[in-house]
Amino acid sequence: MSAIAELDWRGSGDGAAGPLVIRNAHALDPASGLDRVSDIVIRDGRVAEIAEGGAAAAPAGAEEIDASGLHAFPAFFDPHVHLRSPGQEHKEDIETGTRAAAAGGYCGIVAMANTDPVVDDPAHVLALRERAQSEASVPTGFVATVTLGMRGEELTEMSAIREAGAVGFSDDGLPIVSARVMRRALQYQHLVGGNILLHEEDPELSGDGVMNEGPVSAALGLSGVPAVSESVMIARDGALCLYEDARAHVQHLSARVSVEAVAAAKAAGAKLTAELTPHHLVLTDEEVRSLDSRFKMNPPLRTEDDRQALIEALRSGVVDCIGTDHAPHAIDEKDVPFEVAMMGVTGLETAFAVLYTELVLPGVLDLGLIVERMGAGARLFDLDQPSLAVDAAANVALVDLEHDWEGGADGWESRSDNSCFHGRRLKSRPVITIVGGEVAFRRRSFAMKVAAG
Amino acid sequence: MRHLLSIEDLDRADIERVCDRARSFAEVGRRDIKKVPTLRGRTIVSLFYESSTRTSSSFELAAKRLSADVVSVKSAGSSVDKGESLRDTVATLSAYEPEAIIIRSPQAGAAQMVAGWTEAAVINAGDGKHEHPSQALLDVYTLIERLGSLDGKRIWIVGDVAHSRVARSCIRAFGLMGAQVTLAGPPTLIPRGIEEMGCEVTYSLDDLGGADVIYALRMQRERMKDSFVPSLREYAINYQINPRRLGARQLLMHPGPVNRGVELAPEVIDGPQSLITTQVASGLLVRMAILYEILAGSGDRPRAVRGVEPAPEPSPIGEPA
Repeated sequence: MSAIAELDWRGSGDGAAGPLVIRNAHALDPASGLDRVSDIVIRDGRVAEIAEGGAAAAPAGAEEIDASGLHAFPAFFDPHVHLRSPGQEHKEDIETGTRAAAAGGYCGIVAMANTDPVVDDPAHVLALRERAQSEASVPTGFVATVTLGMRGEELTEMSAIREAGAVGFSDDGLPIVSARVMRRALQYQHLVGGNILLHEEDPELSGDGVMNEGPVSAALGLSGVPAVSESVMIARDGALCLYEDARAHVQHLSARVSVEAVAAAKAAGAKLTAELTPHHLVLTDEEVRSLDSRFKMNPPLRTEDDRQALIEALRSGVVDCIGTDHAPHAIDEKDVPFEVAMMGVTGLETAFAVLYTELVLPGVLDLGLIVERMGAGARLFDLDQPSLAVDAAANVALVDLEHDWEGGADGWESRSDNSCFHGRRLKSRPVITIVGGEVAFRRRSFAMKVAAG
Repeated sequence: MRHLLSIEDLDRADIERVCDRARSFAEVGRRDIKKVPTLRGRTIVSLFYESSTRTSSSFELAAKRLSADVVSVKSAGSSVDKGESLRDTVATLSAYEPEAIIIRSPQAGAAQMVAGWTEAAVINAGDGKHEHPSQALLDVYTLIERLGSLDGKRIWIVGDVAHSRVARSCIRAFGLMGAQVTLAGPPTLIPRGIEEMGCEVTYSLDDLGGADVIYALRMQRERMKDSFVPSLREYAINYQINPRRLGARQLLMHPGPVNRGVELAPEVIDGPQSLITTQVASGLLVRMAILYEILAGSGDRPRAVRGVEPAPEPSPIGEPA
């Protein structure tokens, strides 16, 4: 296990920032048994002390943050982000994407490799890491592709790529169609380590589909992607992981049959983990009736029955973590008819608020569970999950649960606007994000509130 | 009506009003000079991103019979061909301040998007596999003229429902007019879940005898490629409407163009039960009625219509632009 702050970012590094005292925050961290108003003292990049609200003595020279009325959570970790660099900086780049992450309460992210060119050799990984050291607002890990050019045919130099510092491998955006290639990658993992993140889709079944296959696609005349196109690949890869005693991670589960496939693989002993996105947890394919391309992503939004299965899978632990699949696209790539629009939606800046508004407030899921699953993605890469325990790295998200806002009304930190929650009323918003003891993000309105106070 | 984007936006009264208006235009077609001045001096743009013979010519002639100026843009040979986006093309054409844009696109929702980008009224002349509302309206008109009413009538839509925008508009329109719709075709060409649109689904023609109207869909020849059907021969054996399957009291419709010998046997195309050429004739009247209702028919923007016997007083159903 290693610390998130050791990933590449422009932070000055462990312990270099001065001490911090967070006063009177409602600290919530189920793993540490914390659920009360507390003072959090941060020193040398670590949680030095958790005291009763107002009771902590401030170390000399400490900055004090009045967090009365705010919640303090272990900051979030997103295992699934598209930063679009290199090659597609008109959608996003390392600076804008990681700023969006910091604004969303994230203390670390992992960037996908389906860029242009794709990240499929050690030099690309080194170049990205170097950029992140000067541009990234939060620690950023990079995966490289499993196969050269994402063509699904030959493996990349996985060993040299790991040497260069990639945290794992993924052809995300595309499935690894060949079972033979998939098996070789899993075998090779015994040499190189790291995780393999899987976009599960059988293209023979998904075909030219642009949304979930079902009554809505039938009524709209859009080609459908059947849920089984996902689950059959999960079943295959679960069996391969078991056979090769290797590990893999299923990205963005979308359907009940996929949950069942993951549960079966886990029950059989496969080292398989799984992730869910906020949009699949709160939206269904009924949204597509609007033909608004903001609701177009891969895998597609499914039915209410699927959504309920995903919620239950998050609750039961069949699904390990929440990832956003933050996938920025420029306006002219989205402001076209649904069938030709690019697939993908942004998510970093809305993830927590969406889950809190749509699942926690109505009483569907516990706040503590959401907080835990939003940090659990770190473990996929053998990183310490963010925690408020004394001595843990100080990765803290301060969140105003009362903040009422409209998605997109005051713009985004992301370069792109393709949020499927644009225009929605949302409750709660991260206001300060602390990474390894350093303030990585401070919402302007909050800073003004402090000044006025 | 502000636009005609989808049958879903209409109710039964809207459809009846279009049919009444179409009926009043039938008389115009019997005159020596088949033109009325209703839309004189007004510009209509027809923007077709797919090849079309009957729909584009029918709309164009309808607009001309109403004395409108028509600009036709086809994708081949235009700036569309040079990669201009739909939005930019619409912005360019909107600079002519057209009263209406008639659009055919290979993509679902294109007409709806265009309506958000222009001041003009937008008429959907087919968007992908989604809808073809003017076809459904002309089909309803054709049937009402023949049967008086669709209430309780059993209409079978037979063939490649999956790829048919006509089917989707007709399911909605026939249902609104009180008919019971059954879809029949190969399981590979009937989309999963389509019965939730309010129709029955069957994979055989065994009970076709119970239908009052058989509406056959075009079976495209390239459908074998994706293994939708093994061969057109086998398709014809199972689903072709032929003299053996077509009862004497049943009516036959088809949106055209027909693949003779595939979905329809040659004998039935030209037989007495066939309404296929009537549909084409109705198309002109109904498209005149659609243009009239959208551009001249609304409440607080009355237009003098000379030379036309007025239809029964329509109630306003939407605010004009």
